[in-house]
Amino acid sequence: MEHATSINRRNFIRVTGITGAAFMLGLNPVKSSGVSAILNLSGKSGVFNLTPYIIIEKSGRITIMNPKPEMGQGTYQSVPALIAEELEVSPEAIIVKQTSGEKEFGRQSAGGSSSIRGNYFQLRKIGASARMMLQEAAAGVWKVPVSECYADNARIIHKPTGKSLGYGDLVEAASAMSVPENPVLKDAKDFKILGKSSPRLDIPLKVSGKAIFGIDAEVPGMLFASIEHSPVFGSQLVSYDDKESLKIPGVQKVVKTERVMGKNRYDCVAVVADNYWAAFQGRKALKLQWNHNGFDKFNTKDYEQTLRDLSKSEGFIVHDEGDFDKVFADSRVKLDAFYETPVVSHSAMEPINCLAHWRDDGKVEVWASSQGASLIKSELSEVLNIPEDNIIPHILFNGGAFGRRLKSDFASEAALISKAVGKPVKVIWTREDDTQLGPFRPMTFSAMKGALSPDGKLIALQHKVISPSMSATVNAKYDRSKADDSMVEGISEQQYEIPNMKNAYVFSEIHIPMAPWRAVTSTTLAFSHECFIDELAGLAKKDPLQFRLDMMTKESDAKRVLLRIREFSGWDKPLKEGWGRGVAQFEFFAGLAAHVVEVSKQTDNSIRIEKVYAVIDLGTVVNPDNVKAQVEGAIVMGITAATKEGIIFENGMSKQTNFHNNPVLRIHEMPRVEVLILAEGGTVIKGVGEPGLPPVAPALCNAVFAATGKRIRRLPFDLNNV
Amino acid sequence: MASLSLNINNRTHTVDVDPQMPLLWVIRDFAGLKGTKFGCGISQCGACMVHVDGTAVPSCQLPVSAVANRKITTIEGLSENMEHPLQITWIREQVPQCGYCHTGQIMSAAALLNQNPNPTDMDIDTAMQGNICRCGTYQRIRSAIHSAAKLMKQPIS
Repeated sequence: MEHATSINRRNFIRVTGITGAAFMLGLNPVKSSGVSAILNLSGKSGVFNLTPYIIIEKSGRITIMNPKPEMGQGTYQSVPALIAEELEVSPEAIIVKQTSGEKEFGRQSAGGSSSIRGNYFQLRKIGASARMMLQEAAAGVWKVPVSECYADNARIIHKPTGKSLGYGDLVEAASAMSVPENPVLKDAKDFKILGKSSPRLDIPLKVSGKAIFGIDAEVPGMLFASIEHSPVFGSQLVSYDDKESLKIPGVQKVVKTERVMGKNRYDCVAVVADNYWAAFQGRKALKLQWNHNGFDKFNTKDYEQTLRDLSKSEGFIVHDEGDFDKVFADSRVKLDAFYETPVVSHSAMEPINCLAHWRDDGKVEVWASSQGASLIKSELSEVLNIPEDNIIPHILFNGGAFGRRLKSDFASEAALISKAVGKPVKVIWTREDDTQLGPFRPMTFSAMKGALSPDGKLIALQHKVISPSMSATVNAKYDRSKADDSMVEGISEQQYEIPNMKNAYVFSEIHIPMAPWRAVTSTTLAFSHECFIDELAGLAKKDPLQFRLDMMTKESDAKRVLLRIREFSGWDKPLKEGWGRGVAQFEFFAGLAAHVVEVSKQTDNSIRIEKVYAVIDLGTVVNPDNVKAQVEGAIVMGITAATKEGIIFENGMSKQTNFHNNPVLRIHEMPRVEVLILAEGGTVIKGVGEPGLPPVAPALCNAVFAATGKRIRRLPFDLNNV
Repeated sequence: MASLSLNINNRTHTVDVDPQMPLLWVIRDFAGLKGTKFGCGISQCGACMVHVDGTAVPSCQLPVSAVANRKITTIEGLSENMEHPLQITWIREQVPQCGYCHTGQIMSAAALLNQNPNPTDMDIDTAMQGNICRCGTYQRIRSAIHSAAKLMKQPIS
């Protein structure tokens, strides 16, 4: 096994030693009829100018290019596996290389749980095309019908005689073949890799300390920078005194610069030194004067009251079905509830950092933990005002991302400092910077109304979301005359058959940058939506799971998932005294999952999360063990967001600074988790990374109600003090 | 600045640094060993865990001058070729996701198993509480430590 990431540090960014004839297949970025055409790029230009997905060298070495950054979700294995399966090569026998934003690969980013569901057929077709061309090449060499040739373990075999040729021997001839228009994909029953739990190729690197994350990138002559930003959003720098900073041994220069986050430009001062510690000491010695322009008056408490006040306005109607107003007014059995959620931080374990080199030739080279080479290219092109072709990103392993690394503010920041000092510069944010500077997951508040028929059926539902818009906080062209659909994500798409529904969005201004967090707005809206459904089940005096199923007369994925979680979790079996269980499901753009959480009430009245059962619906699964890992992780993240502090603004800044006051779940708080994967076919393939998160908070709060009789309508809540 | 002699993974490194510089940055930027990670800078997350004379210690606040001439082990020195039982079970049970915290996790777990070859769940929870994993791999960490404890009692087949 050989990996690009284990190559000698100095050379790790270069394409290593691809020599002789190489056979390459790529995606045409110009889409024809909605599907990217497959191109044979071999021989069109020098080997090093084109880097499509499959490179087969005469030596037999096979390189597969991976357009999806690895941030923990497993794409370093799962994405190349799509190609390897059809190409008939073992994952252990290939080299995986991360793409760098080259046009041949189209858009290269990871987010929205889209890496597999968005590429499942296309990347397999690329593998199958190459396999067919190699088969044809072999048939030509042997002068036999191509139908007598098959591929196995990087060789083409002539079935009648058993003779075979390795891919390396066929490269040259294969590269002259035309690309099949309709490559034949393997039947799922013949899969050797897909659908089986396969070891991830990045894991040996990660247990030995050899994995290279963004923070580990090095180039000769590079300097380090630590940057003082104002933790108050909107402050302007009045003056700075760097006399003491420049006295610190190792400090080379102090640079006034800026951090650009969409429409926001934040002043900051970078201390550049020949090692990180000196830069950080220099930064601490800076004397800065800020004008906060009144932004230091901002606080969460007042802002939350603004949201509550705004809930009285109608907002934009985003879904209108039947006649909600009339049915609700006429109903006798009805309920109103108001739900609140907090702002939270992404807090990936690897603090934000970036190495950038603004070269003498005007090109900007960037080494980063980032969710996408394409994202870096487009954002830096705009911010730095240079053509995309002049931006060369190198994407390394991400030490977590969770949506934070969709932004490239850190890359433009590092590039500007590099330009100012004329050398490569690695910027490393402290944990405090990472926690306080955002962007953050926005809070959403939800005003819920529901009415039941006399026989206890939900006949009218309203979900009104009151929240800032992520887009409005960064996008200068945000359109305030209509709803931001991403802030009402999923609430109108659940499979419950409710005849009268009226959902709305009320926009609220905020000056603090907000961004997607794992599972985006579904992480907060699932809480209000599915807890309220539970409250209505209570009002109807029905079992919460049965109440949901009663609203699903038609067959749907969600109904199937609920039926399976009922069985998987043993929902109908009695629990021990003092225990309670809760259920929740949520379907949104990324996919669908349902959880059952079991909690117990302790003698001191605190709540212990005992067990979480999860069912995730995928349609098709690539690496089952990795899917389980993703769901386990989503559950941990969901519990953290539901039960830990969250971000509170006081005096214009986040009160939380580091893990001591912005805690995340630790090992002693980890419940037992069991995951069931549904891979029962279907046309739509669903995502993996995010869907396990939204049902966590509502299933947990519904379980707390079952154990204690107390409804939780505001997150976070304290397990020790319900 | 001070010239210090450090024993890291049984190799002597002579460095000329600010004696207050935390060991973490000396390991990463002067000894060139990148497996030890920066996570929080206040000994709260465990990403920077190393062994000093066999004891697991977060290195992000530990002044380098305090560990001169002591035996420092980083993930790179834990085994020659990933043959430490924890590395074997960590791979076998596919523990890491993003992996950033796991070198620190393994260093904490290795110190635990040195002191307690038969840890219970509660022993593991206590010993590993200083190591945060944002990806949420705790269930697998627990299991892989138990498996490594078993592996240590039998010859590797």
